[in-house]
Amino acid sequence: MATTLKALGLTRLFGPNKAVNNVSFELSKGEVLGFLGPNGAGKSTTMRMLTGNLAPTDGQVEICGINIIEEPKLAKANIGYLPEMRPLYKEFKVNEFLRIAAKLHNIPSKKINSSINTAMEKCGLTHMSNRLIENLSNGYQQRVGIAQAIIHNPEIVILDEPTVGLDPIQIREIRKLIKEIGKEHSVILSTHILPEVEIVCDRVQIIDKGNLVFHGSIDDLKHQRRGNKLLVGFKKTPTLKKLQSLFDIVKIEKQEDLLHVIQFKNLDFDMENFIKVCVKEKLGLFQVSPHITSLEDTFVQLTNK
Amino acid sequence: MIINIASKEIKSFFVTPMGWIILALITAAFGTYYLEGVNSYFEVMSGAIRPAERVGVTIYVGQTVYGAAFFLMLFAVPLMSMRLISEERRQQTLPFLFSAPVSIVEIVLGKFFGLFAFLALMVVYIFLMLSTLNIWADIDFGYLFSNTFGLLLLVGSFAAIGIYFSSLTSQPIIAAILSFIFAFLLLGLESYFASQPNHWFHHVSLLKHFQTFSRGVISSKDIIYFLLFISTFIVLTIRRLDADRLRG
Repeated sequence: MATTLKALGLTRLFGPNKAVNNVSFELSKGEVLGFLGPNGAGKSTTMRMLTGNLAPTDGQVEICGINIIEEPKLAKANIGYLPEMRPLYKEFKVNEFLRIAAKLHNIPSKKINSSINTAMEKCGLTHMSNRLIENLSNGYQQRVGIAQAIIHNPEIVILDEPTVGLDPIQIREIRKLIKEIGKEHSVILSTHILPEVEIVCDRVQIIDKGNLVFHGSIDDLKHQRRGNKLLVGFKKTPTLKKLQSLFDIVKIEKQEDLLHVIQFKNLDFDMENFIKVCVKEKLGLFQVSPHITSLEDTFVQLTNK
Repeated sequence: MIINIASKEIKSFFVTPMGWIILALITAAFGTYYLEGVNSYFEVMSGAIRPAERVGVTIYVGQTVYGAAFFLMLFAVPLMSMRLISEERRQQTLPFLFSAPVSIVEIVLGKFFGLFAFLALMVVYIFLMLSTLNIWADIDFGYLFSNTFGLLLLVGSFAAIGIYFSSLTSQPIIAAILSFIFAFLLLGLESYFASQPNHWFHHVSLLKHFQTFSRGVISSKDIIYFLLFISTFIVLTIRRLDADRLRG
């Protein structure tokens, strides 16, 4: 697939502080990239550099093959950006504001009306078009923010924490919208809501203290979570020694009641054999399930390295 | 692109009460000075004054109105210019402009010309008001043109100062106060050295250069002065906004 965005060794210093350190990645067409990280990790700073709002101290950004520092106008024409604080002129009506956005993005005057309507339709704003932005609810204001980012049909849409402060129903709708946008455009979306990444994104990138600590597909992340652990319930708890004599076990952790987390040596341990042996040994096996570390735990592990 | 940004600024003057209130106040104030000028003209000119010292109605009323103009504009322009950039800073809307395919030069010029067009509306309005004297007198349009031209350059300078101070802060009211004080100081700069007519302060004083126009003289020296003045502050504003991108 065609590469739409390329970041090479992005670095940004604020005085002596390294907000972003040597971050490189690529984005393909039709891909939703999730940008994860704790507060102050450098997510927003990276996004500001990608959109030309902040000059990188070092490194390159290429938007559809155009260097954003050398030819900012050409490059910016391919980006739609919604910053964390949505930039809305609240004294305007929704359609007036979108008209300003359309004009700023050089949409030919004949197409302005149709592109405003398409953007409003996509974001479910059609019935709000004559309302003052000031009077809209939080969720609708967020939709206006997304609408201004997609009005010029850009190759890349960059959304900085698009679901913050919305109610669950609005979050669902916005996620659906992002998925839809992701079909035609490349999307980068930053968040610290972990499940959101699994629902919406194809690829994940975790950034911590300015460094990229994880970069891979959503399946990689899931795999990292699954691992080689089983959650097992024994009525008669055997000792570690006994279990180790039966299987290749590294560790046992006692959970609440009679449940134990057993960590095997190998990733491809034989579950069937494990159950057979347990039954034979009459350990009172009553529950076996794969032990999935929560996304939160994975996240904490990755960011505490 | 400059036009798109300018038209956005003009629209936003008119969707908030600010634009209308300033227009109403300025109209009322100039109307009052105009009426005052016309009323007192006959009183002053009939009788007491020596024939050699008598002046035409254009100059008499014109002086009353344009004499007040620079002072009224000194208050009006900072009120209009204060929100240009500082409000965008406060509402964090600058990324909207910075992410669009427009350069910082275009953003600043667009904002400047948006404000300038609004102010020009007032200046043209004054011109039209004074032109109504022509209904019953034969007035000196050259004098009006020169004053209009001078006033345009003067409000342009105020606007340039205003946009610069607006780019420095995220508090519109501070931008207004700073640009008012700065414009006020520059306007009366020569009065600090009134006893030394050749002091360099006299050459940089805004009022000194405006006075040539108000006498009816259009001199290239003064035009160049105003244009340099305006471009200086626009360049400073561009540099200030560019620093946002560079320094963060």
